[in-house]
Amino acid sequence: MTVNMSKGQAISLQKSDGGTLTAVRMGLGWQAAPRRGLFGKRTKEIDLDASAVLFADKQPVDVVFFRHLVSDDGSVRHTGDNLVGGAGQGGDDEAVMVDLQRVPVHIDQIVFTVNSFTGQTFAEVENAFCRLIDETNGQEMARYTLTGGGQYTAQIMAKVHRQGNGWQMTAIGEPANGRTFQDLMPTIVPFL
Amino acid sequence: MTAELVRGQNHPLPGTRLEIRVSAGEPVLAGATLNDEHGLMRDAGWIAHPAEPHIHGIEVSRQAAADHRLAVDLDALPDAVHRVNVLLALPAGVGGPSGFGDFAPPFAAVTGLDGTEIARFTLTGLHAESAVIALELYRRQGAWKVRAVGQGYAGGLAALLHDQGLPEAQQLADTINEAVAAGLARSVAPPPPATRGARQPAAQTGAAARPVPSGTPDPAGGGGPVNYQHPGRRSSAPTGPDAPAPGAPVPPTGPAPPGVGQPADAPPVPVAGDAAGWSQDERLYNQIWGMFEDLARTVAAYRSAVDFADSRREQELDKVLSDPRARIGPAADAARDEARAKHTRLVDQAGAVLERDLDQLVAESEVVEPALPPAFARWDNPVWQAYEVPMEVPMALRLGDLTLPERADLRIPMLVRLPLDRGLWIDSGNSGAGAASVSSDELRRLAVEASVAIAARLVAVYPVDCFTLHVIDPAGSAAASLVPLLESGALREPPAVGAAGVARTLERLTQRVDLVQMAMRSGATGALPPELDTAEQLLVVHDFPHGFDDRAVTQLRYLADEGPAVGVNLLMVADRDEARSYGPVLDPLWRALLRVTPVPDDHLADPWVGHAWTYEPPLVPAGSQVVPQVLRQVATARRAYGR
Repeated sequence: MTVNMSKGQAISLQKSDGGTLTAVRMGLGWQAAPRRGLFGKRTKEIDLDASAVLFADKQPVDVVFFRHLVSDDGSVRHTGDNLVGGAGQGGDDEAVMVDLQRVPVHIDQIVFTVNSFTGQTFAEVENAFCRLIDETNGQEMARYTLTGGGQYTAQIMAKVHRQGNGWQMTAIGEPANGRTFQDLMPTIVPFL
Repeated sequence: MTAELVRGQNHPLPGTRLEIRVSAGEPVLAGATLNDEHGLMRDAGWIAHPAEPHIHGIEVSRQAAADHRLAVDLDALPDAVHRVNVLLALPAGVGGPSGFGDFAPPFAAVTGLDGTEIARFTLTGLHAESAVIALELYRRQGAWKVRAVGQGYAGGLAALLHDQGLPEAQQLADTINEAVAAGLARSVAPPPPATRGARQPAAQTGAAARPVPSGTPDPAGGGGPVNYQHPGRRSSAPTGPDAPAPGAPVPPTGPAPPGVGQPADAPPVPVAGDAAGWSQDERLYNQIWGMFEDLARTVAAYRSAVDFADSRREQELDKVLSDPRARIGPAADAARDEARAKHTRLVDQAGAVLERDLDQLVAESEVVEPALPPAFARWDNPVWQAYEVPMEVPMALRLGDLTLPERADLRIPMLVRLPLDRGLWIDSGNSGAGAASVSSDELRRLAVEASVAIAARLVAVYPVDCFTLHVIDPAGSAAASLVPLLESGALREPPAVGAAGVARTLERLTQRVDLVQMAMRSGATGALPPELDTAEQLLVVHDFPHGFDDRAVTQLRYLADEGPAVGVNLLMVADRDEARSYGPVLDPLWRALLRVTPVPDDHLADPWVGHAWTYEPPLVPAGSQVVPQVLRQVATARRAYGR
């Protein structure tokens, strides 16, 4: 069962049988929008990047993105940079895997972001989505659709944070502008 | 999905009605014995075999065949049965092969009734054994599991049955063999015994004389005592010494068999070779690198948590101080206590997680270490006692141990790929932190010892004639330590002494590098002179720069730069300070070599997070004769090859 999330909605990452999740994946998929005009069939390549920023008590302590694919502690892994997108329809073009059990104890929030590295706005992206998947059984727990995102080049998607002994996910969906996650820091901070 | 099991691995069974398929290249007989909780057969009725193919819950084939299907209904077994052993044996007295090593490894698979495969296991590594326990199905907390066993018996069926506590084992084995012989007589005519008989002894003596690849020393093939000890039965039969028997290819998986008393959410019991790879060596290699990375990352997580806790505490204490009104008084004290308590809580939590991860890695290391082949093993590993000259170059060599201060007893093997892609430099200078407590003479002695240990390792893990050692010892300072290498003939010519010796040796190796490089560039490797030694070359340099003139130093640098690509490597035992007069000219030389130390020293960084790892050289334990013993074996093998 998939929850189509709306802004600010929080879901607990408890499994339906009461057990807590051990591994989640944030998947990002997109397709470039076809160009209008002459040579209209030619699509412009769009490079979206998924990143995860690890916070301890509101201070960023580590980040996983296309230049640092594994967090130092090994708990968060990026599958690697995809420069063109393409799958868009269900498949993930980039993914960030989080092994929740191995996340160091001081990390209490992990924020997922998406940036357009090539600078196109989300208006030019088709079928873009971000989803959260339970890695242990491949079930999609939440999905957020980016398409029609307007004149923005980045979005702060969601955060996974500690709640009691388990973890919770909150949809953020805040549009922003920036080429990489560093540009988004001021926008992220209010959501911590 | 089918689980491909390795020896000792277990797998849960989804149901109790199963079929076990066996496939072998030659007719074999299949049977099943039942064991109680002590691993014993209660009576002669607890076996299904060709003469008695039906017992309650199990049905086997009446005759020997290349393919078998055994039907098993675990629910129908008596309650006292805790284990079902699936055994294969070669029919005796019908002129077939005499050992499982004579044909392709058989495999056994557990399938459901609908034919879906649950788990499969290929019985590799068998030699002269004529009976083998392929799989066992065992009860574990009310559920059944399958474990890959692969325990062979050179004594045949009788030895196998006897091992399960059956007094009339020989009698029963005879009955089974008769029944099988009768069955074979009914089905196909046995192949003419004369030709078979003529071929077999030849094959066997060949197997005995041929150096067996090192990873799987075979106690039965050499006629030595067979290790009847069940790999998973250590707790109930604590007979042997604590170290695993040298021949046992499977490490005992800890004091308890996998799965005993495991709560459902406990971490899985580690298994040696639990990684991807085409061969067991490759699996172990990958597993060790996996452990290396896990340890690096786990410690990184712990350290970053502690660092964070420290900095947060400082910040909070600073905040209390910065407000003059609240600097003293009960509120300030409470705030300080709170900051310290938060710090302690976080550090404790991080420590608990670290402890959990380290315990898991220690358990894994305990399983992996005994399973390592000689090239990956420490000198004190019993596998070196059973050493035989290998047939092929191993994929890597253990160059020492790596540890982190968080758990100094968790030693990760430092494996380097073979052939070496860069030379080694054993630093005999006391520049490192670990060297401060040792006198410089002692350090020098240890450095020479480490160089001998590493050179001996390299000689031992390469096949005969694939590795040549050269030593330059201009002042003769290392002569005493080189004796074992010289005596055994591992070192073919005495160490080069004096400036002339240095020049001669370097000249020869430089020429070789030149020649091979030229040949490779022009694609004319066939045109190399026939007397050229194509083996890997290792040049051990002592006393540098004593006895070296400028030309020799240049040649040495050339070898360090160009040698590795064409199989010529350096092992320098040197103190950088002594060569300081050469100035920066030598810096590239030192940089080109992998620096290791003769005493434990934390100078190596891992590729993931860059911790400083403490390196420990592979020194031979004091008083151990393992190196001379191994080198004697090498010398014997060389003589056998007429080299």
